[in-house]
Amino acid sequence: MRKVAIIGVGLTKFGELWDVSLRRLMLEAGARAIEDAGIDGKKIDAMYVGNMSAGQFISQEHIASLIVDHAGLTPIPCTRVEAACASGGSALRQAVITVASGIHDIVVAAGIEKMTDVLAEQTTEALITAADQEWEAFVGATFPGLYALMARRHMYEFGTTEAQLAKVAVKNHHNACFNPCAQYQMEITVEDVLNSAPVTTPLKLLDCSPITDGAACVILAPFDRAREFTDTPILVAGTGQASDTISLHDRPTLTGIAATNKAAELAYKMAGVGPNDIDLAEVHDCFTIAEIMAIEDLGFCKKGDGGKVTERGETAIGGRIPINTSGGLKGKGHPIGATGIAQAVEITQQLRGEAGKRQVNGAEIGLTHNVGGSGGTVVVHIMRRGD
Amino acid sequence: MAVPRFWREISNRYNLIGTKCGNCNKVFFPPRYLCPKCRRIGKLEPYKLNGKGKIISFTVTHVAPNGFEDQAPYALAIIELDEGPRLTAQVTDCDPNQIKIGDRVEMIFRRIGQDGEDGAIYYGYKARLV
Amino acid sequence: MEVGIVGYGVYIPRYRIKVEEIAKVWGTDAERVKRGLFLEEKSVPGPDEDAATIAVEAARNAVKRSGINPQDIGAIYVGSESHPYAVKPTATIVAEAIEATPDLTAADYEFACKAGTAGIQTCMGMVGSNMIKYGMAIGTDTAQGAPGDPLEYTAAAGAAAVIVGKNGGQTIASIEDTYSYTTDTPDFWRREMRPYPKHGGRFTGKPAYFKHVLSAAHGLLRKLQLTPKDFAYAVFHQPNGKFPLQAGKELGFAKEQIMPGLIVQKIGNTYSGASMIGLAAVLDQAKPGERILVVSYGSGSGSDAFSIMVKDGIEAKRNIAPKVADYVNNKTYIDYSTYAKFKQLLVR
Repeated sequence: MRKVAIIGVGLTKFGELWDVSLRRLMLEAGARAIEDAGIDGKKIDAMYVGNMSAGQFISQEHIASLIVDHAGLTPIPCTRVEAACASGGSALRQAVITVASGIHDIVVAAGIEKMTDVLAEQTTEALITAADQEWEAFVGATFPGLYALMARRHMYEFGTTEAQLAKVAVKNHHNACFNPCAQYQMEITVEDVLNSAPVTTPLKLLDCSPITDGAACVILAPFDRAREFTDTPILVAGTGQASDTISLHDRPTLTGIAATNKAAELAYKMAGVGPNDIDLAEVHDCFTIAEIMAIEDLGFCKKGDGGKVTERGETAIGGRIPINTSGGLKGKGHPIGATGIAQAVEITQQLRGEAGKRQVNGAEIGLTHNVGGSGGTVVVHIMRRGD
Repeated sequence: MAVPRFWREISNRYNLIGTKCGNCNKVFFPPRYLCPKCRRIGKLEPYKLNGKGKIISFTVTHVAPNGFEDQAPYALAIIELDEGPRLTAQVTDCDPNQIKIGDRVEMIFRRIGQDGEDGAIYYGYKARLV
Repeated sequence: MEVGIVGYGVYIPRYRIKVEEIAKVWGTDAERVKRGLFLEEKSVPGPDEDAATIAVEAARNAVKRSGINPQDIGAIYVGSESHPYAVKPTATIVAEAIEATPDLTAADYEFACKAGTAGIQTCMGMVGSNMIKYGMAIGTDTAQGAPGDPLEYTAAAGAAAVIVGKNGGQTIASIEDTYSYTTDTPDFWRREMRPYPKHGGRFTGKPAYFKHVLSAAHGLLRKLQLTPKDFAYAVFHQPNGKFPLQAGKELGFAKEQIMPGLIVQKIGNTYSGASMIGLAAVLDQAKPGERILVVSYGSGSGSDAFSIMVKDGIEAKRNIAPKVADYVNNKTYIDYSTYAKFKQLLVR
């Protein structure tokens, strides 16, 4: 199995992008990645696109064909990958495996979601298709509702507080101020979060990631060829993916996502590192509680301590284990299919030393963590500097 | 929800009919048609649950999805039935802010939703504090 | 007659609204209303309840109390003025929810407030003629009273289910006989696709309720050669607290015979459920050997009268399922704005 490197990355601005359609959004991210890699587009051998719901948001299926067509790259193979909010991470993994296997050399992993054309009610309906339609959505469960059930149990078992949850949002908004692509560039306070309108207790408006349009793109190559394209190849040292029950109620615990443990274990093993070796991580903070559970499940702290660790500032830029320097899903935005790829873009920029005011000094090894639904799919990647 | 899709699960939804593995005796609700443990050896038969259980976690939903706005704010909970399986259901007939983890409940027959004013009415289970 | 009751069950929603709350909105004198109707408060169905869900809980209680296998139920009739569908029977929803399907016949009835007792008569005939082993009759309603109309004080929600079978080991009371008095009298009606009923004001009294209730009672007593003294209890349809007391008085019953079956004061008029819930309240306390008169009334118009003799079997079964008093006393008060929201008078 060959080693795989990231040779180019690209990201669009994330936000409510009224003027831009799905196909133009994807082109923009792709163009930036190609320029970053300094590669001729015709050299691309294959593509994977992560997208959850183009069918529901813009009535378009067969995204793979649409995108490879408009990128002017037919007849290369292009495959759409869907794993709810882990579509991007899953697409990245498929691309990594493809390069590692030797079947193709230059492979694009892209992610895109165009969410804002429809009304909020339709968005809520589209998002809940990530849960069990018969036994969760049918009875009135919403996506925030499922994470709220986890939050309340986490508070009950470990004494996590709503203020600690709020701290996640405050930190991520702060980080997003230094990210020109982020949807939000505004500071918020713990009071702002606690006073924001209840969505589903204990989660309030500012505990929840927003609805966002956006696209992201990474280009992979065999590590042995990376220097043809870049002076700063980033090695994909580990990849891991795991599944769990689609329904939250079918799991033995509500305070952690077992698929995270499993996927991380596989990635750590492959990379030959442990949690203490990780310099920074982009984790899936679709809701504030999700980040708290993620840092526990990834081994950055003990189960139950996620709230306290966040409160102490250990996950801030400059802290022991910076989490979501990009602003995370909360500050940067969460265009569902793009998120998993955008996380890889951030880690790549950090490891190259190109993260500007968000830079984690001396970052050598980074981790991305992408979750589908309430934890039915989790994808973890570990990257390290290629030199 | 399309009518055949709702109809297929009527006895499961109305009467809490799940399944039980004839090999390891594990009870499943919502019903499963393959025992993850016993796989080919497991023979799954219908099994009716008692309807009594306790609240494992809950949330009060203010921003409700389409079709549930009339009921907002409503309490949604994960309930562990006495036979073991857990399910997700609304908790009705109470002040949602008075619910606690550990409260005992019974599952009852209520209206879940409808397919608009002209469409079918969906009945199913909700929980009630006992 | 060789038929009797093998089980019964009721359900009354937990929400209550007081006369004072409604009177406040319209600027009416609450005390005058309470005195005039002999009623304090009424039940209100929750937003996730309707005549079907209420019928299901009553039916499940009846099956539980009866001890029979629901698969042995050969017929289910559900009477209501507020069936959730205009076309698609409530009876099949109930049948499925009590696991009585598929070997049975079923249908919905409408005859204003006597649709449930009409179902009892049908079951009597089917059981008595050996067509079926057990038949279930349900009266259920989530009644609609137009805002500002006097009926708003009384239009309530509730259900009762009665399982009829051949007299024998399972019987808790035998139905000695039934007699009905029916005419075309338009005292109260609701047109297709209109939300609220209309009524003839004072016309609903003497020519309607009283004429039919008294005639049916007289008819049954004559048929059975019985007098009021032969009965321990008399249960009448109860659109308010006054009418049943007046009807009973005119027939020669004492107040003490009527009060145990009079529950309208605390739950309102449950329409198709009313006389049957009154019967259930009596069965909750009656002793073997006591005789009960039940006279329902449905606008349009008609009355079904029954003479019911309580048997020994009642003692063992009475406490197996919740009693009327359990539901009457399990209540949460709501204000008019919550009431309006529940009744969909205010829709988002």
